[in-house]
Amino acid sequence: MTERIELSAISPRDLIGEALAGILQRPGRSLLTCLGTVLGVGAFVAVLGLTATASGQIGSRFNALVATEVTVEDSGKTDPDLVPTPFPPDADARLARVNGVVGGGVYWPVPAAGAPVRAAPVGDAAMGRNIPVMAVTPGLFTAVAPRMTAGRTFDAYHEGAGAQVAVLGAGIARQLGITSLSTRPAVFIGEVPYRVIGIADQVRRMPALLLTVMIPSGSAPVIGAAPGDERPKMLIATELGAARQVAAEVPRALRPDAPDTLTALPPPDPRELRDEVDGDLGSLFLMLAGVCLVIGAVGIANTTLVAVLERVGEIGLRRSVGARGIHIAAQFLAESGVLGALGGLFGCSIGVVAVVTTAAVKGWTPIAEPLTVALAPLIGLAAGLLAGAYPAYRAARIEPVEALRR
Amino acid sequence: MSAPVIRFTGVGLTYPGPPPVPALRPCDLVIERGELVTVVGPSGSGKSTFLNVAGLLDRPTEGRYELDGIDTGILRDRERTSLRGRRIGFVFQSFHLLDNRSAEENVMLSMLYHRVPAAERRSRAREALGRVGLDHRRTAMPRTMSGGERQRVAIARALVTRPSLLLCDEPTGALDTATAAGVLAMLEELHAGGLTVVVITHDPAVAARGRRTISIRDGVAA
Repeated sequence: MTERIELSAISPRDLIGEALAGILQRPGRSLLTCLGTVLGVGAFVAVLGLTATASGQIGSRFNALVATEVTVEDSGKTDPDLVPTPFPPDADARLARVNGVVGGGVYWPVPAAGAPVRAAPVGDAAMGRNIPVMAVTPGLFTAVAPRMTAGRTFDAYHEGAGAQVAVLGAGIARQLGITSLSTRPAVFIGEVPYRVIGIADQVRRMPALLLTVMIPSGSAPVIGAAPGDERPKMLIATELGAARQVAAEVPRALRPDAPDTLTALPPPDPRELRDEVDGDLGSLFLMLAGVCLVIGAVGIANTTLVAVLERVGEIGLRRSVGARGIHIAAQFLAESGVLGALGGLFGCSIGVVAVVTTAAVKGWTPIAEPLTVALAPLIGLAAGLLAGAYPAYRAARIEPVEALRR
Repeated sequence: MSAPVIRFTGVGLTYPGPPPVPALRPCDLVIERGELVTVVGPSGSGKSTFLNVAGLLDRPTEGRYELDGIDTGILRDRERTSLRGRRIGFVFQSFHLLDNRSAEENVMLSMLYHRVPAAERRSRAREALGRVGLDHRRTAMPRTMSGGERQRVAIARALVTRPSLLLCDEPTGALDTATAAGVLAMLEELHAGGLTVVVITHDPAVAARGRRTISIRDGVAA
């Protein structure tokens, strides 16, 4: 006679219930077992969160002004004694022909020696002061966009004609006792008078300019000045997003005969910046997090294996009431999986708290990828399941006869 | 007419050597439905082997074993496991209760793998505990129970699946005389209710309570 035998089965809900009961059987030990996973997943979330937060911070410092600024320098290929400046006299005009350029100009500090700046040739105001003088081309004003409290900046005419005119920073003007242009004041560089045609109190770039007397570089020969040790540079303001392209084209546009005499420094690429931070910190700490996770998994494996050996009687009993080996394995897997997932959940919370706390202390905006946070407990679960695999296999292989002998 | 609960036809078990150990010599044996049979013998005589074979915990190496008329020899392991869970109730000397579960939960455990809904598991466990007189101890933890109470929980756990066969391995071995008498009285009561009970023991006094006694000596059942 043949009778169909209904096979043993256990519902997932009952399985989880049994697993939880098994875990709660020894709450203290379960907690300690979780600890490795808590640390591993916590470190994982904290590292990813902190790097994201730090990168976000760099991103906010990296503003539009920096992103549209290109500096061109002497690459040092030529001897400064023979070639006073690597920039052509018509640098401003050549620059204007490059797409994406808003404006830009050459500047170089006039060597201080022998040229004190005075507000009058005689009298109290004749006291020489060491005020820096900056020779600039008019294009620079387009790039730095000064706010004039009085008068105007000089232009291509003054530059071309070598006109003796000067623009002062507001602070310098006060030092020299110049408050108004209505008296048509002048400053004396050495013995040469320069008429003050404008006073600026703010610039968008290069705030150091406000502490100088700016004269057209075309007028520098009048006072016998030439670029000294500090080499001429060019500051360029570009359209948003054009900086890197401009930087690539500018040396050739300015010096088609010898583009390699000039070096254009584009602003750092924000993407590269972020990658750098992620790369430096991230990989190191992620490795640490991985080590924690492995230790956590080994801890779970160890405890579960001990639990299997301790609970041989229980295994035998379950087998005697109809549990198949696979049900025993599933129970221990579920226990280690739940332990891992709980550890992951707890670790994830700690990681998020760590990120938020750090951000709060530093006054940053905390950033955490939702995917990371969602994934973290799953990582714990995976670690737990992986760790439980061998003990579960062992448990399933225990013969009920052996198990019940105790 | 129903098939006998246990029918051994030339059933024997020899552990493979070297040297091969004949733990149970081939024997023919029939236990009819509703019998109370005791199996007696000194330790090492083959009692445990008999229990393991009859309880589907071990496969005989020869012969044919029919449980409720089902030839167990041709079953796959998973079917044997399931059959064991449904048709046989075990009572062990050391109770084998789970310490961190209440009496009721321990009884419910034996229905865990048989697709019985949780609510029904609970109501049937209550009923079984009532049958062994432990209504008032439903939520007690095994640690707080006496040996006799624990063994009665174990009996309730064995009963609750309505097995064809109650297989008791030294059920009174860990109990004092008075408590043991109570447990034996309970087994007799269950037998009186129509349940087939097989008690394995080394104690002649316990063996004498059987309506029929099979004695095993050196692997030979008689």
